[in-house]
Amino acid sequence: MSDHEYTPTSKAGKWFNDRLPLLTLANHLTDYPTPKNLNYWWTFGGILTFCLITQIVTGLTLAMHYIAHADMAFESVEHIMRDVNYGWLIRYIHANGASMFFLAVYIHIFRSLFYGSYKAPREIIWIIGIIIYLLMMAAAFMGYVLPWGQMSFWGATVITNLFSAIPLVGEGIVTWLWGGYSVDNPTLTRFFTLHYLIPFLILGLVVLHIWALHVPGNNNPVGIDVKKPSKDTVPFHPYIVIKDTFALLMFMIVFAFFVFYTPNILGHADNYIEANPLVTPAHIVPEWYLLPFYAILRSVPDKLLGVIAMLSAILILAALPWLDTSKIRSAVFRPLYKQFYWILVADVLILGYVGAMPAEGLYLLVARVATAYYFLHFLVILPVLGLKEKTLPIPLSITEPILGGTANLATARNKESSIK
Amino acid sequence: MSEKKTNRRDFLFTATYAVGAVGVGATVWPMIDQMNPDASVKALASTEVDVSSLTLGKTITVLWRGKPVFIRRRTEDEIADARSVKLDDLKDPEKDEDRAKNPEWLVMLGVCTHLGCVPLNDKGDYNGWFCPCHGSHYDTSGRIRKGPAPTNMEVPKYEFVNANTIKIG
Repeated sequence: MSDHEYTPTSKAGKWFNDRLPLLTLANHLTDYPTPKNLNYWWTFGGILTFCLITQIVTGLTLAMHYIAHADMAFESVEHIMRDVNYGWLIRYIHANGASMFFLAVYIHIFRSLFYGSYKAPREIIWIIGIIIYLLMMAAAFMGYVLPWGQMSFWGATVITNLFSAIPLVGEGIVTWLWGGYSVDNPTLTRFFTLHYLIPFLILGLVVLHIWALHVPGNNNPVGIDVKKPSKDTVPFHPYIVIKDTFALLMFMIVFAFFVFYTPNILGHADNYIEANPLVTPAHIVPEWYLLPFYAILRSVPDKLLGVIAMLSAILILAALPWLDTSKIRSAVFRPLYKQFYWILVADVLILGYVGAMPAEGLYLLVARVATAYYFLHFLVILPVLGLKEKTLPIPLSITEPILGGTANLATARNKESSIK
Repeated sequence: MSEKKTNRRDFLFTATYAVGAVGVGATVWPMIDQMNPDASVKALASTEVDVSSLTLGKTITVLWRGKPVFIRRRTEDEIADARSVKLDDLKDPEKDEDRAKNPEWLVMLGVCTHLGCVPLNDKGDYNGWFCPCHGSHYDTSGRIRKGPAPTNMEVPKYEFVNANTIKIG
């Protein structure tokens, strides 16, 4: 992986490194050559690592006080909020941390979409990322069930019932998931177990994600390969470390704002009512980060097809490296793709909005159009666009536009040729 | 390279894999089956409900196996409504006569067959039930008429133990 052999300077370090090359690994990570034109959209990988660690640490401490039992879960959460020292703080960080995690992951995903980071040779990084995203959704959903409020209970009921759409074995699978004939105590205890397990699975996948990243190295805003050895890269430490840290601090300000000023704004008031299997809340909505997919589910008037559409909307992302036929990575040099990219962003935001609204009238119509467009983007627009689009000339190296001293490539080229 | 022939070693490999697969399967099955309803859950199989206080046009909701069960004492109009519908108009054709043996009493799981929410009484376009979650409309027989739910609300096994008591399950 490293471009050069590393030998520790101290005798003890050499002795240890010969037996377990951890120091070589540490050296690789600090010296890791990073494209020098990375912008702030590239800082979200570090931010996401921070989010994962935050969720694990706050989750472990909450688990010391939480009781996974249908009769006691709701009260134990209130006990955490009122009696446990700093319990309110830890729980609010954990609950809002989930939202911050998704906020960061959506920015991270849309950055990949804009700059074509999913394209060869980075398909495996991308697919591991999609698996992490799926696991995040599973963990978030099961975590939301644990306080055993009304939204917990009915959210769990609706989501587990998605499996009942499977022909023949669906009902059996749902009963198996529940451990009974409805969402009840056996469901709660197993969700707690899985909610505890999944973050560690994610942690393992993050290691693979970064490992796969370090093989070809980072993509960059220009989307062309760095030339090695060249002046195209800077060592990860200190250049990227300090930039990531600065971005993380900015992110933490937003995080802290939610935790300290509006800790419940992203939740639902109904979840402060204890679970009641006899009454469904008038308006069931999932957490904001699942709303676009919820809108897709509801826009299809057939149960099985609705579930298939929702799952396809997520899984289609895994096929993206092959659906996008363009050889050019960065949207900077793809004038048409750039426009379709922003339409997709708007489309997903619209889906999120109608997902939060009742499924009727105009909302339903908008949801259907937006759902159709979502699939159209991936299945028709991207494959065709890659073949038809007239792309802009890409620079020779990532250093070229920088040396020109202007973001405008045409000007940069003129300057460079006039210098020559 | 000579032509590959099946020999003793190939047989041993195949036999070992086969036995290994059976062993793995036998070990994994208890880990999967432990998640199915346990003996204590299954033991709560039936519930007796006193319905003497139920007047015409009223519904009570009772809990059976953790699920709500609607017991409705239907009015003449509701029964007439339910029985006059043509089977061709139904998404999940089922006669009202089969769903309510005693026309005055409708007993069914109060669980929307779409994604499991509890529908609301006396609501919706067919004066039966309406599910607030994703907008399924049920008629006075609990049959799906409009919306994403695929089937009618399920009628559980039940019987009148005496004039005032229904045993569900």
